[in-house]
Formats: sequence, structure tokens, C-alpha cells
Amino acid sequence: MKVFAWGAFLFGCLFFALPLLGLTEFSLSMRREGYTFDAYRVVLADPQFRSTFLYSVTAAIATIVVGILIVVPTAYWIRLRMPWLRPIVEFITLMPLVIPAIVIVFGYIRLYNTSSILPLMGTTAGTTLLLICGFTVLSLPYMYRAVDTGMRTIDVGTLTEAAQSLGAGWFTILFRIILPNVLVAVLSGAFLTFAIVIGEFVFPALLNLPAFGPYMQIVGANKAYEPMALAVIAFGITWGCMGLIQLVTRLQKHTQVKR
Amino acid sequence: MAFLELKGLQKDFGPLRVVKDFNLDIEQGEFVSFLGPSGCGKTTVLRMVAGFEEPSAGSISVGGKEVTRLKTSQRDMGMVFQAYALFPNMTVAQNIGFGLKVRGASSSEISARVTEMLKLIQLDQLADRYPYQMSGGQQQRVALARALAPQPKVLLLDEPLSALDAKVRVSLRDEIRAIQKRLGITTIFVTHDQEEALSISDRVIVMYQGKAEQVGTPFEIYNRPATKFVANFVGTLNTLEGTVTDPSAGTVRVGTGEVVLKGKLNGSKAGDPVSLALRPEAISLGRQPGRDAMLGGEIAEVSFLGSVIRVRVGLGQESVSLDTFNSPASPPPAVGDKAEISFSPEDVLVLH
Repeated sequence: MKVFAWGAFLFGCLFFALPLLGLTEFSLSMRREGYTFDAYRVVLADPQFRSTFLYSVTAAIATIVVGILIVVPTAYWIRLRMPWLRPIVEFITLMPLVIPAIVIVFGYIRLYNTSSILPLMGTTAGTTLLLICGFTVLSLPYMYRAVDTGMRTIDVGTLTEAAQSLGAGWFTILFRIILPNVLVAVLSGAFLTFAIVIGEFVFPALLNLPAFGPYMQIVGANKAYEPMALAVIAFGITWGCMGLIQLVTRLQKHTQVKR
Repeated sequence: MAFLELKGLQKDFGPLRVVKDFNLDIEQGEFVSFLGPSGCGKTTVLRMVAGFEEPSAGSISVGGKEVTRLKTSQRDMGMVFQAYALFPNMTVAQNIGFGLKVRGASSSEISARVTEMLKLIQLDQLADRYPYQMSGGQQQRVALARALAPQPKVLLLDEPLSALDAKVRVSLRDEIRAIQKRLGITTIFVTHDQEEALSISDRVIVMYQGKAEQVGTPFEIYNRPATKFVANFVGTLNTLEGTVTDPSAGTVRVGTGEVVLKGKLNGSKAGDPVSLALRPEAISLGRQPGRDAMLGGEIAEVSFLGSVIRVRVGLGQESVSLDTFNSPASPPPAVGDKAEISFSPEDVLVLH
């Protein structure tokens, strides 16, 4: 039984690790004479890489801020006053996993094109706003679940009443009591959002915006080693985000477990 | 005019009326307890006073000012919860200073008040700890200090001792009362524990089915219960079912015996059923001077409780429990032994 368990574990490791190892190995094989970081050097030196990456990072941060502003008060209010609405909201937040991004973006194009009542796509700022809205929708399943799980770990009702009895208003309660206590959960959601937004292709490609996703696709279509280097970089970013979630969880003083 | 006035309070949850025409006047500096079983409406009344629930009818005034429609944050009342409700992201000092901070007090003012409160609860050395680093008793003391720090007009305690173990509960109970007396703050304490309510209150309000069954001092509540519910709920009570045999002579038949209760059967007729209620401490095993009423029976159960031995004596269909002090020199009675119980007719409560 133990041998079978170890065998399954080993198979799992190889299943995940081998493609990554192959990818990394290939990204380092730009020169015939041996391994080199040339592909990474080329990618990092490309001004388009920097501009698209910066664009996507900015969009990700904006998405996270919008997401927090929408999700935290919603999850809080549902826990506090409308628990009966939770299954409905959960269902709505899961919709982006079922409805492909392409459907959403075509909906946006039809609704907000230059000949519509609200021609947001007529300007770059308007299109960027649509992009951030789209990203926020895509991140909803992760953000809502993370925040809701965080809310479950604290007694939202009693903490709210305690704060009210001490004279606090809704803003103070939300941003000085509730948010700090679900910060780890919010950051988990935020890092997941970041990882998703950085690599997202459909929204920026169809809205014709200079993001990192379309850049990766262009490089992938025209070059051999650089796309592999880019993929490794993208993996590094995602894993870096996961590591940050762990780090933040450990560094939060008030959530440390009694030893 | 009383300091805190609750007039005709009523609360409906859908078709269910959980508080019915509740009236109470509380004087400044008074310590009042709401005592009752789960679901009797005591917490709902407290929550209406705090502003967490809006009354369906009635009014609440504090110091002559009506607060019925005011938000909780505007009522100036401190509250301590059963689950402590300390803010996990804040240290003890930050928790205590929170109320003052939201009121816009200066940092020097907050710091001075926090130090004063920490001294009051004798936890000066724990100012920088987080709630998770403290015991339940310490957390509840911090919660008390936090509620008192902004100097509220009224202190509301919602079963603050229920989550604590027995020893801590007793010591914290005494501490709460001592602090309340020192500060002279008007306090409402909600509990379902009669010992707690009787030991620390100026007045106790026994609640049942959304109404105040009896309002009185702990002595009155325990010794002169106004209703059958209060008599049963407060303290241990033996109830013997009997039949009036001669109202003028005051005789009542209980099982195979008869007791004389002169002047306690007003308005009863021969043959009327009556319930005789007796506290365990009012009954003696065997004949005792001054306890003239006697009934014979058999020892049915003996429970050793340490310093006290609780004995249940069967009297035909009925049985009574009584307490005797443990004495190492004399062993407790054995189950099945014949026994006589005696009590004073004065101590009998006749419940019609």
C-alpha cells in the first residue's frame, strides 16, 4: 500500500515537473555549444516586453482594487444581513468559469462600440476601463471565495456589534475591523487575480490593448526559444504570487497560531 | 424619574411576539440582572436597549432623553459580549482605546485612559498582547475595560461569564461587581445562571415568555417568589402535591401524612389541590426544634457532593430533596432506610 502511495506521488511529481523541466531546458538551449540565458536576455531587453508587462501589472493592480471594493463589502453584508442570498451570489461569482471570456468581450463590444449609446470603445481610456471590468469579472470566482472563506473565520456579527457599541460607523467597521481581519484572504484573492490577469489573452487581444498576454502570443508565433523563456517567466510570476500568499499569512501577527 | 426607563417594550419577529409589554425603571448606578431560561426574551430586551434591535412598540429613555430610534453608535452604551468580541487585529491597548479613537480623542488622552483601564482590570503587563495570546478570563476583562473606556452611560453585559470555566466565572463575577460599584455605572446583566444573578445584582428581573414574571431584590426573588415559574426557576425547589382537608385548621394531606399550614390556605376549600413548595435547606432529616411539620418516608437516593450530601426522600408518590452537611464522623444514610423529614410551616410556599 505504501509503495503504491509513493508510486502515485512520484507519478504526480513527474506529470507536473517533466513538462516544466523540458520547457526550462529548451529555453536555455538557444546556443548549440551549451546552456545559455540568451533567450531571457533577448526577452528582457525587448522594449515591448517591458511596456506590455507594465501595462498588465497596472491593469492587474486596478482590477485588484476594484475587486476588493466590490467583493469585500458584498461578502461582509451577505454574512451580516443577508445570509439567504449567499448561494445566489456564489452562483453569480462562479459564472465567469462557465461563460468563456470571449462571450463576455463580444458582449462588451456590442454594448459599448462607437455607435452605441455608451461608446466606451471610442477612447483608449474607455477601452481600458472595459478591460478592467472584464478582468474584475474574471477574477470574481477567486476573489469572492477567498474573501468569503476569510469572513467565515471571524465572528462578523459580534465584531460589528462590538464596534457599533463603541461608536464606530460602517466605514470604520469595514476598513478598520473587518478588512484587517480578512486581509490574508483578500491578499490570496489579490495574488490569484494578479496571476490570472498577467497572462490573460482574450480580453486585451479582442479589445486591441497592448497587454502582456497578446505579446506572449506574438512572440510565440514568430520565435522559438524566447516564448519558452517567457513561459518560464510567467510561471515564475505565478509561483512568486503563491509564495507571497504564504509569506503574508505567516507574517500576520494576529493570525499566528498559539504555540 | 428613573435613569433608564423601558416603557411598554414589545418585539415581534414575524408572527412571533418575543417581548410583551415590558416595563422597567432602573436607577442610576443600579446593577440589574435579567434572569430567565433560553428564549424568554432577556437578550432581546438587552439588544433593544443597545440599539441592535428596533422595538416593535414602546420606548427607551436614558437620563430623560429618548433613545428608541437612535443608532447603536449614538447611544453611548458599553457592551460586553459572551464571545468576548475583541478585535483580533488589535492589541489589548488598541482594543481598549478603540472607542475613544473613533470619538476623536487625542492620543495622549487615549493612552492615559488605556493605562487607567488596564490598572482597573489588573492587566497592565498585557497591553501589547493580541487577543489570541490570552486566556478567556483575561479576554473578557479586556472586553470589560474596552466597554468602560469611553465612559458610557449604561453598561450592558450579555452573558459575559457563560464561556468561562467555573472558577474564573466566580472570580470575574466578583470583579465585575466591584468595578461596577467603584464606577457607579448603571448596569444591565443578562444571564440564565441564577447563582450569578442572585449574587451580584441589586435587583433581579425574572423573565418568562417575553414578560417580567417578577422584579425584586435577590432576597425577595429567592424567598418570596411571586409565581410558580419563579419558584421553580430560581433555586432548587421541592414541590409536593397535596389536598386541602380542613381549610380553617390549615391541614393538607400529602401522601399518607398530613401537615398543618395555619394562615396559608386563604380562600381554599376542602378537597382543593395545592402545591407546597420547599427549598432543600428548609427541610431537615429527622425531628428538629422549630420545624414542627413532619412527614415520613424512605431514603430514595443519596448523592455525595463534597461538603454537602443531597438526600432524596420518597414520600409515597412524591419525593423531596434536602441537603445535609458532610460529617466524616457520621456516615450518610443508606438508600432504603426509613426516614422522617421535618420543616417549618413558615417556610412552605403554597402555590395554587
